[in-house]
Amino acid sequence: MSDFLRNMLRLIAFILIQVYVLNKIPHLHRFITPYIYYLFILWLPFSVPRLWLLVIGFLTGLILDYFMMTPGLHAAACVLIAYVRPFIIGILTPKDSSEFNYREPSPRAMQWTPYAVYVFVLTLLHHGYMVFLEWLDFGSFLDFLIKVVATTGISLLLIFTAELLFPRRLKFRTNTA
Amino acid sequence: MRNIFLFIRRYITFFTFLVLQVVALWFLFTYNRFHRARFLGIANEVTGRINSQYNQVEDYFTLKEENRRVHLLNDSLMNLLPRNYMHRDSSMKMIQDSVPYDTLGNYRRYFSRPATVVYSTVNAQKNYIQINRGSGQGIKDNMAVVGSDGSAVGVVVNVSSNFSQVMSLLHVQNSVSASLKRSGDFGTAEWDGKDPRYLQLRRIPKTVDVKKGDTVLTSSVSFNFPTGYMIGTIEDIKLDNTTGMYILKLKTSANFYNLQQVHVIENIERDEQVKLFEETKKKIEQAKKSPR
Repeated sequence: MSDFLRNMLRLIAFILIQVYVLNKIPHLHRFITPYIYYLFILWLPFSVPRLWLLVIGFLTGLILDYFMMTPGLHAAACVLIAYVRPFIIGILTPKDSSEFNYREPSPRAMQWTPYAVYVFVLTLLHHGYMVFLEWLDFGSFLDFLIKVVATTGISLLLIFTAELLFPRRLKFRTNTA
Repeated sequence: MRNIFLFIRRYITFFTFLVLQVVALWFLFTYNRFHRARFLGIANEVTGRINSQYNQVEDYFTLKEENRRVHLLNDSLMNLLPRNYMHRDSSMKMIQDSVPYDTLGNYRRYFSRPATVVYSTVNAQKNYIQINRGSGQGIKDNMAVVGSDGSAVGVVVNVSSNFSQVMSLLHVQNSVSASLKRSGDFGTAEWDGKDPRYLQLRRIPKTVDVKKGDTVLTSSVSFNFPTGYMIGTIEDIKLDNTTGMYILKLKTSANFYNLQQVHVIENIERDEQVKLFEETKKKIEQAKKSPR
């Protein structure tokens, strides 16, 4: 399967899960909104140029926004994490090793600890920024803090569950491939 | 000049980032003025199609509950029908159209159309409901939406050709004119964005006798909602000492978690009412300016 096709399918799957499962189930508490769709951006291949990352991030957010009737909210958060992603990867992976051996970020490509940090930082940024934008419009500061922490917690839980349940079989790329 | 171009090329990613952020924020903060724009209508059409596919599956799970409510509504409609009519003194009227009048000479004021909910949320702070009827089926902005058991649900805010978007009562910008059934006092039902099971009823002065469990209905002074549809019951009474008004906690009578069938109610005379209202305002303003 080509990278493009694989990622297209992933995008559709993530958006559908986000819109029809996670936004539909009754929430545990009003502060806890599970989000997983942005995992699509975290899973994009290393080889995507930074400019394209931004465009893809923007479109991903916008698609979700049209389902949720909040134009721009998720798009802004997605563009932010798409922009920050290459820097985090640059800091967390040793040069010239994993970046060229595996196609995309995963626990196997980056080791568990750096991968966890990578996911954690981007999740926090995404939710922090999104809840901040919501908060500008409406709400109190304590709500804002609790919401960021709670939402980040539940999203991390979801992401790591997804990683354990669906280990992606990534080929170790060699020169011959 | 060359240096400027070099500078832009060097930081092209950063600039793209800034541009996309600004576009996204512009979408976000102009949304209220913007939501009638054409392309949101088109997007509405696309998401609406996906949503109605999904809804066909979801409908099966709530069929039984829905049937019970439809039956209840049909039952109560038998009694409610005269409410849609109002007596008008027609002694001075020259031309009479036979269609909008019933046999007693009352004229039709509200017209109801059934619709199915294709998508709804309760978890956001601005919740919208999407229904499968649009401008092609006669839906216009500002029509009232009530649930299948006759409880107030929201107001239509955006219409595409086959779907419309309803601002639910669970929307922080929503405010519906409400009245207490027992004493008839008017207030405003709003949502504080916290718990989707409860609304807030404000602007009821503390002189009014309020009890827990009192019923709150849509008031007779609303342009959108017909009188007497249930909004909820009072769950908790709090007094705001600074304003001398109650802040009443309302339990919504509509169950927003499993809305399926709704009625879209058109106030046929809304345009006339709004026009009169606006013209009165203008007249008073002008009267103030001109010397007496």
